[in-house]
This record gives sequence, structure tokens and C-alpha cells, in this order.
Amino acid sequence: MEKYSYEHALYLKKLRRQNIVVYALRFGILASFLALWEVLSDTGVIDGFIFSSPSRILNTIKSLYLSGELFSHIATTLFETILGFAIASVSGILVAVVMWWSDTLKKVTEPYIVVLNSLPKIALGPLIIIWFGAGSGAIIFMAVIITVIVTIINMLAGFIEVDGGKILLLKSMGASKRQIFTKLIFPASLPTLVSTLKINVGMSWIGSIMGEYLVSKQGIGYLIVYGGQVFKLDLVMASTFILCVLAGVMYALVAFAEKSLLKRR
Amino acid sequence: MDNLLELQGVCLTYHTKNKETPAIKDLTFSVKRGEFTAIIGPSGCGKTSIMTLISGLMPASGGKIIIDGEPVVKPSDKIGYMLQKDELFPWLTIMKNVMLPLEIKKKSNDKAKEYVTTLLEKYGLKEFADYYPNQLSGGMRQRAALIRTLAASPELLLLDEPFSALDYQTRLSVCNDVHKIIKTEGKTALLVTHDISEALSLADKIVVLTDRPSRVKNSYELDFDKELSPLKRRENKEFSQWFETLWRQLN
Repeated sequence: MEKYSYEHALYLKKLRRQNIVVYALRFGILASFLALWEVLSDTGVIDGFIFSSPSRILNTIKSLYLSGELFSHIATTLFETILGFAIASVSGILVAVVMWWSDTLKKVTEPYIVVLNSLPKIALGPLIIIWFGAGSGAIIFMAVIITVIVTIINMLAGFIEVDGGKILLLKSMGASKRQIFTKLIFPASLPTLVSTLKINVGMSWIGSIMGEYLVSKQGIGYLIVYGGQVFKLDLVMASTFILCVLAGVMYALVAFAEKSLLKRR
Repeated sequence: MDNLLELQGVCLTYHTKNKETPAIKDLTFSVKRGEFTAIIGPSGCGKTSIMTLISGLMPASGGKIIIDGEPVVKPSDKIGYMLQKDELFPWLTIMKNVMLPLEIKKKSNDKAKEYVTTLLEKYGLKEFADYYPNQLSGGMRQRAALIRTLAASPELLLLDEPFSALDYQTRLSVCNDVHKIIKTEGKTALLVTHDISEALSLADKIVVLTDRPSRVKNSYELDFDKELSPLKRRENKEFSQWFETLWRQLN
């Protein structure tokens, strides 16, 4: 342990204190929100049947767990989301590589990509159900189609942004297009890749939940729709809460991957 | 006369949608083996284009470029091209950056590594081999870029304003380093710059270009003592006379 000057020690202390304040406030806001919600609902200021309450949500989750349904719903939605995320990310990156490779192809496909990007994918819902059947296939397809276009656009922009001077340098060394890609373009685009994956986490959740709204017999999105239809708003709230937790965990995983990928920058 | 590089009547025309611009017209000069030649010219006279043509990255519209008896058609192993910025890859260590040309040419073996290590050692970067570029100063980065250019043992070095991104102090000392390295390694070099004093402090021969479309306006053999370093040259009495002559040529 190095010996610091008094001034530096003060500086570190200030940093630590700032950190504590931030965490305390974060936790405090959540805790007081939950407490207020619970009290208002218990005392009848707001209608617990319509607005639910933290204790009702916990009880709903508990009964879902006891009936053995909880994990099968979570597993269904997780499976759809992760598969959609993976398929869209991989295929989106591949398409971006091909478009980077061939300038002509890029110019030809650009308007299609732009139109597909602005099209609300939910409009394809009825078609997707008919093409893929009322099951996981349709939901995964929905997640993929929502995620893949954004992936292509982001990654291609990242590839094109790479410093022209460095490309010139490699060319002067006699590098092939493949070498330019593997030695320069791809490593230089890693930060773009990570930020794209972060966006994709959110996009694939939107896709899978939207897909479940359209067709499903199981999953978190199904629970929300079902809860809404039979007016079990506790169930809707509980499912939303579970969604928050799952999305948070998935985001944390990507953020962790970012740390280990971009260590040296 | 042993010419490593010869340009004979080289022309280059730029095409845009609305017009074509003749950038270089009938450019003829040669560079002797072991000689340090500097090209100076008014800004926008296509100096960088000349480098791009010689390095084989772009075909000329006319004329011939010959390196070591062979016409240039594509990037050649005989050429090392050093750009304005160091263009070191931030995600690679200095060692890996310096090995890059060998890696691209698939000549990365133990012998090459050894050669590169001796270069790093000779020019004071050995302790920094495992550092990343952002941990080095501007001058050290430029030295690393030069070693990268030398790694694949080219015969002709093309230096495209390699000091322009550095501050004045660093520029003077890197200029000294680069001159020493090129002379010690016995390389032939061609420098383009708009900085008259930089050209004067480094070169054995200076070629002055005309405005666009550029041709050779004049060329001068400098008669400084071979032993003088670039910094010492600047102190030389003749330096200011040469400066005067070249300055008039450019204006």
C-alpha cells in the first residue's frame, strides 16, 4: 500500500462519500416509493385492486412459484428473448460485414434498410402468425426482425467510421481486404459492437414481449395480457416486476462483457 | 547513375462529376540510392498524390514510375510509407504495432522479431515494447511509426509530412532522430513537406514543384557537410541563404 499525502487522502475520502451518497439516494428513492405505495394501498387512499401494492405483488409471485408456473413462464420468455437476441446480433453483424465489403451492394440495399427500419414491425404481426404458426417461432421471429435492422445500421456505421489513414497505411503494406477487416475494421469497431449489443438487449425484450402479446400460451408477456383481460392487475404488476429484474440482469451481463472486451482502451 | 526511383512524365487527373482537374502534369525526377530527397511545393499542389502514386495505391493517368528497375503497379515490398499521423493501433502494444507490416506480408517469424527488437533497442523504445500507444509521448509514437515503417526492410521510405502533427519542440528532436535512424540504416528516403526549413535540415536534394498542375520547377543539390545533424544544419550560415532561395522559388 502506497503512502498518500494528506490532501490525497482527503480527496479519496470525498470520492468515497460521494459514492455512498449516490447509492443511499438510489436505494432511498426505491424504498420510499415502495413504502408509500404500500401505505396508500393499505389505508385505502388508492384502490389496491386497480393499483396493486408491493405486498400483493410479492404474494402473486409467491403463488406463481408455489403452483410451479413461475419458472416455466420465465424460461419461455428468456428462451425467446435470448435466441432472438443471438440470431439478430450474429446475422446483423454478418450482413453489415457483407455491406461493408461491397460498396455496390451497400448502395443497392441502403433504401431497403431505411424503409425496413422505419416500418413498425408490429404491423407484420398477422403475417408472422400465419407464416410461423402461433408459437415460439413467431415470437422469436418478431424479436429478430425488431433487433436485426438496428444491428445492421449501427455496425455498418461503425465499420465505415474507421480512420481512413489507418486503412491507407494497411493498403500501402499490401494488405488484402480480408486483412484490413480482421486487423483493423473489426478490432476498431469493438466499442460499437458492445454498444449495439446493449441496445439489442432492450430491442429483443421488446420483440419477445410484443410477440407474446400477439400469440402465446406461456411467458411473461402472456401473463401480462392474460392478467389484463381477467382484471388481475396484481398479476400484470408482478410480471412487469419480473421483467425489470430479468432485463436488468441481462444488461449487467453485457456490461460485464464490455469491461472484459474493452479493457485496453 | 544508380537510381532507386524514377518518375518519367507522370500525369494524374482527378475526376469528379462536374469536371476533371489535372493535378500532376509531366512530372519527371529521380532519387538516387541512399539519397534523402525532399519535395516542396505550394499547398494543394498534389504532394500527397505523388506519394500515393509511388506507393502503388493509385494508378497514374500517364507516364512511368520505376522502382529498382521495375514499374510500379501495386504496393511493393520495397516501399515503406509513413503518414502524417503515426496511425498506431491503440489496441495493440508497440511491439505488435511495429510487427504489423511483417504480419500483413506474412513474414512474421523469429528472425523478423529479432530484427524489430534490435531496432526498438537501438532507438530507445525497447522498454516500451509492451506499452500501448496512448502511454507514449508524441515523439516516441512517431519514432515507433518509423520503426514500423522499417520493420519489413523497405529500400525506399516515403515520408508524407511525418512531423506535421507534432509540436515545434518535439518536431525538431524527432526530425533529428528520424534523420539519424534513416542514415544509420542506410535507407533511401523521399520526403514531401511544405516546411522549407524542415526540407533543408533533412535532405541531400530538394525538388521544388510548381502550382497545380504540378511539375518540377527546379531542383537543388544541397552541399551541407554530411556529418551535420538537422539541428546543426539549422545553425549553419548557408541555411538562411538556401532558405531565401527556396522561399523565392515558392512565391
